[in-house]
Amino acid sequence: MPLSREQIADQLAAVGYVADRELPVVLQLMDMLDRPLLLEGEAGVGKTEVAKALAAVQGTSLIRLQCYEGLDQSTALYEWNYQRQLLAIHARESEHADPRAVEQDIFSERFLLERPLLAAIRRTDRPVLLIDEIDRADEEFEAFLLELLSDFQVSIPELGTIKAESIPRVVLTSNGTRELSDALRRRCLYHYVDFPDVERETRIVLARIPGISTSLALQIARMVEGVRKEELRKVPGVAETLDWAAALVGLDIANLHDDPEAVHETLRCLLKTKEDRARFTPEVSARLLGKVA
Amino acid sequence: MCCVPPEAADFSAVGDAIAARISDFMRTLRANAFVVGLKEGEDATRIAATPLAQRPATFRTALKAVACARRSDWQKFDEIFDAFWLGRGMRRVLPLTSNAETAKPTERRPHTGAQSEQRPAPGLGELVSGDGADSNDDTSPPARMEGASRGERLAETDFRKVHDPEAIAEAHALAARLARTMRTRLSRRERARLKGRRLDLRRTIRRNISHGGLPIELMWRKKKRKPLRLVVLLDASGSMSLYTSVFVRFIHGVLDNFREAEAFLFHTRLVHVSTAMREKDAGRALERLSLLAQGVGGGTRIGESLATFNRWHAKSVIHSRTCVMIISDGYDTGPPEEMATEMQRLARRCRRIVWLNPMIGWDGYAPEARGMQAALPHIDLFAPAHNLKSLAALEPYLSRL
Repeated sequence: MPLSREQIADQLAAVGYVADRELPVVLQLMDMLDRPLLLEGEAGVGKTEVAKALAAVQGTSLIRLQCYEGLDQSTALYEWNYQRQLLAIHARESEHADPRAVEQDIFSERFLLERPLLAAIRRTDRPVLLIDEIDRADEEFEAFLLELLSDFQVSIPELGTIKAESIPRVVLTSNGTRELSDALRRRCLYHYVDFPDVERETRIVLARIPGISTSLALQIARMVEGVRKEELRKVPGVAETLDWAAALVGLDIANLHDDPEAVHETLRCLLKTKEDRARFTPEVSARLLGKVA
Repeated sequence: MCCVPPEAADFSAVGDAIAARISDFMRTLRANAFVVGLKEGEDATRIAATPLAQRPATFRTALKAVACARRSDWQKFDEIFDAFWLGRGMRRVLPLTSNAETAKPTERRPHTGAQSEQRPAPGLGELVSGDGADSNDDTSPPARMEGASRGERLAETDFRKVHDPEAIAEAHALAARLARTMRTRLSRRERARLKGRRLDLRRTIRRNISHGGLPIELMWRKKKRKPLRLVVLLDASGSMSLYTSVFVRFIHGVLDNFREAEAFLFHTRLVHVSTAMREKDAGRALERLSLLAQGVGGGTRIGESLATFNRWHAKSVIHSRTCVMIISDGYDTGPPEEMATEMQRLARRCRRIVWLNPMIGWDGYAPEARGMQAALPHIDLFAPAHNLKSLAALEPYLSRL
């Protein structure tokens, strides 16, 4: 019996992820159509969190592959443990062992180093495979990934083909530093993660910061919404909101209007470039604060 | 089908109706530049058979996840969905005739130029409709004897003064050819790096296991070179209309031949046109372009368009070896300060900014437009682009990057 949208949203909330209206349906589709999910959105909107929450809800493990430029198969899929192989060869040489047996031995499981993709395929509990920031990897890797995502099998020349024990739930995230290929985009379900609205952000703050009052959480969410509307180079994400909320709680501020100076000083921590900080004068924060009830 | 129980027959009839409606919807999406194929249609039909289809909100979300592939799709989808399934919103969902219908006649159209002669005042619409005529120029070798010399003369004539439709067609073909040669010459510089500088230890050991671990064959690492990427921003405003058609053709050639190139068009707003321009057939590409470029006329907002570019596109299209080429006359109706800040932002991001201004070729022109003045300090190369020769002169500059 498939769960309803509200049930999935509740489950996600129970593990600390406050989803937008559409995400539960998309997660439902992932299972229904057996397709990977591509998440796009600005940095800091909580794309990675989606995968973590999904793994928590499903009660499986999360296997994470962080992409970077120059990532290749040997760091993503598998590699032979060359040092051990060499040692084994030298050890057997002195024993005058049968060369064929030696070869058999050094290309066995024992010498295989499992990397995230192979690990995800060989698990039996249907893990969540998070391929983070796929846009940072090269195009060649993307093509390779495409093949893996459609067949879920890997062939290792020395060992033979390894088929997936269970098809992992795959979540890919992208920040848009590079345009992804159409083929990969079409293979995936797509969801754009936007900055949360005031209501959702309030709920996120409440869920993540213990001991914060609802009124303060609401004020924080309103204030951050105002900051995001300013023309900034780096728009603060949800992670920054949480940091700020934690800072305010740490300073024992219960109402933003009590201590405008501290609000301004702490708020500047949300801004990550020099230019933005210069632009964000006390007047600006006072103006934003004025709009927050 | 006498043995089919009645309920089952009913069900399949309903199923057929839904399937037909879904395939209609898929066609609508394709017409709106979504990349959806059979697989997406299949998935959509599967979704229609589940409880998700019972509520418009969930059905919309589900189809959205299946059909969208990028942020621009994501933003458009709800409107299209509501217009199609709920019949609200939008004035027109289907802006264009099906591609299959228009492509064939364009290709086969005899090269008479008759159509081009009845053009109204030139504008983007004009260049788009008239341009299909020369699409077969590229494929058939030039049979005319005067070809070479004419080409030479054309290369030096200001685009404004090219009126004769045949000459226009020839100018377009030349522009395309120019783009092609630029690419081949540039690409040769990219190769010829066979030996690396650093030893690749991992691969060396791997390779030499068969020698018992003695490093006999050495493996090297070489630096991966990023090919030069060209990002073209073309001004399609009224004041540029006499030039746009040739530049559009040039860009089509560039996109076709550079491995990495992106194109944008701007007038009052910015439009990403790479996908439309990648269409193999020039006529078809231009046809798609005309649909994307709706809203021509009114002032040029260069500053604002650049702001859109910096905010939304720069991150994904600019890397460390990117040359941004702006083709515009610099007449900006927005405030020059905006232009200055946006140019500064752009300059910080990319390797080089080339500004091609057709008006430099005019006698007695000085870059006095306020927008142009504001932009000048951030430009690396400010060059004329009023004829083909000036375009060709860019090649050595680009190859040095």
